[in-house]
Amino acid sequence: MKSQRRWPGESRFHGWLYLFPGLLIYLVFVFYPIIETFRTSFYKWDGFSRERVFVDFQNYISLVTDAQFLKALLNNLVFIIFYSIIPILLGLLLASLLGRKPLPGMTFFRTGLFLPQILSMVVVGVTWRWIFNPNFGLLNVGLRAIGLGAFTRAWLGDFQLALPSVGAVGTWVQYGFCMVLFLAGMQRIPNDQYEAAELDGANEFRQLLHITLPSLRAELGVALITTIIAALRVFDLVYVTTRGGPGDSTLVTGFLVYRSAFQQNQLGYASTVATVMTLLIFGISLIILRFQSRDGEGV
Amino acid sequence: MKRQAWQRLLPNYLILSAFLLLILLPIIGLVFSAFKTDIEVIKGPLTLPSQLRFASFKEAWTTGRFNFFFRNSVIVTVVVVVISVFLSTLTGYAFGMLPVPGKKVLYPLLLVGYMVPFEAVVIPLYHMMDNLKLTDTYWALILPQIGLSVSFGTLWMSSFFSTAPSELVDAAAIDGCNRWQTLWRILWPLARPAVLTLVVLIFMWTWNEFLLALVMIQKETMRTLPVGLAFFQGRYSANIPLMAAGALIVAGPILLVYIVFQRYFIRGMLGGAVKG
Repeated sequence: MKSQRRWPGESRFHGWLYLFPGLLIYLVFVFYPIIETFRTSFYKWDGFSRERVFVDFQNYISLVTDAQFLKALLNNLVFIIFYSIIPILLGLLLASLLGRKPLPGMTFFRTGLFLPQILSMVVVGVTWRWIFNPNFGLLNVGLRAIGLGAFTRAWLGDFQLALPSVGAVGTWVQYGFCMVLFLAGMQRIPNDQYEAAELDGANEFRQLLHITLPSLRAELGVALITTIIAALRVFDLVYVTTRGGPGDSTLVTGFLVYRSAFQQNQLGYASTVATVMTLLIFGISLIILRFQSRDGEGV
Repeated sequence: MKRQAWQRLLPNYLILSAFLLLILLPIIGLVFSAFKTDIEVIKGPLTLPSQLRFASFKEAWTTGRFNFFFRNSVIVTVVVVVISVFLSTLTGYAFGMLPVPGKKVLYPLLLVGYMVPFEAVVIPLYHMMDNLKLTDTYWALILPQIGLSVSFGTLWMSSFFSTAPSELVDAAAIDGCNRWQTLWRILWPLARPAVLTLVVLIFMWTWNEFLLALVMIQKETMRTLPVGLAFFQGRYSANIPLMAAGALIVAGPILLVYIVFQRYFIRGMLGGAVKG
């Protein structure tokens, strides 16, 4: 790049002066702890004693048969359906229904649809605990009001329903984001592509499949990465709504890390789960980024 | 003609409104609840409160100690935002415009921090802060969050600087500006939209941060708002008006900033900034 040349009389390392303070804080308080977590995952350690016992890959090997961890991981995968797949499908549905006609007043809708994204997940959790309240929560009261009183449940206290209930909160948080993202993407697609397709006799569905979806590749990539990472990272929401319960029915890896590190003093185990969680997030992000940039166009 | 256009758009508005209503109903219910009495809450979730009753807010603020939580959140957030944006401008400038030996190694190093979940950092951080006797202080919250914010901020600002017009920079050099002057006099005014987006994103992340504050802070009066609210919920979960008032105190400032700067929020988050 032209402007990245050295200026006359400038030291080669001039740029490092600008990097130094920010990079130092990052290295000490973020990067070093990441490495340290990785290192601890090869030890057994209770956090108090000076003695850490090196156990090689034992922590990783035992994860494979660890019912707690497998349950947590499975729940994270179920959350991908609620956080990622359903919101993206809803977003695509809305985008194809509304089409490419610019709507007056869209800013208002956009602001509202985006709202859950900016709220603290603790606030979201408190709000939905009230909605799911068996006695006077919005959901059960609403069901009774429309004559579906037979369907009222103790949503967050039920072994079968707690997971999809918390998952539904994730859908609520993410779908507006996907809608806004795809609607913005639709505006970029040139009209003549659709006109040509109509001349060729392609119906709406084929237009969606062959024009809309390929053109939204960049937006789909952003939506997938953002929502899948959110599903894998879930912590605050579970902490506030269910603390992983009832039983371990809503346990997720993030909560498992917290519980085993700070309540059960199993630091080696907690670090192993945290490392697996991180690698999973990196792996999935890289796969999506690669898939996305395969045809040159990417973020 | 006009009328036909309106009729054609009507279904679109109906669909959009339905999706919007589904998002707004829970929030409207929360706002109503905060002004109600216990008895009114049981009567119906979406009925209007009989009067604008601020008693629950007062109770949360004083007996619930939200006055402390609010002060703590403001201090932590302001310090993190100001320092992170300043440092990210410097690092972004270096990566985007200056020759940086070792860039190929340093840049991916920072990228790691942008994607990493806090769970992967928080265990060693706790022991580090404990050894330094910094738990239960603002430092334990401020330093790690600056580190994380700088990692995103660097990517964000360097992508701005690498697209800034190089003729301007060359002209500044000819006029005798050095690198530092070029940054603050020439480029900083141009960077306003990028900087504002960075400010609102870091503000939002820091204001809403939960896990770090949960782990680092034991003393009740040092809690931030989200953690304060979570503990509050454990104690008063049956008192819906009080819970709702507490939740609104946590959400209030971010809502205000969102309404004023929503363009910047949306731009930043559509650009792929990840919500934790």
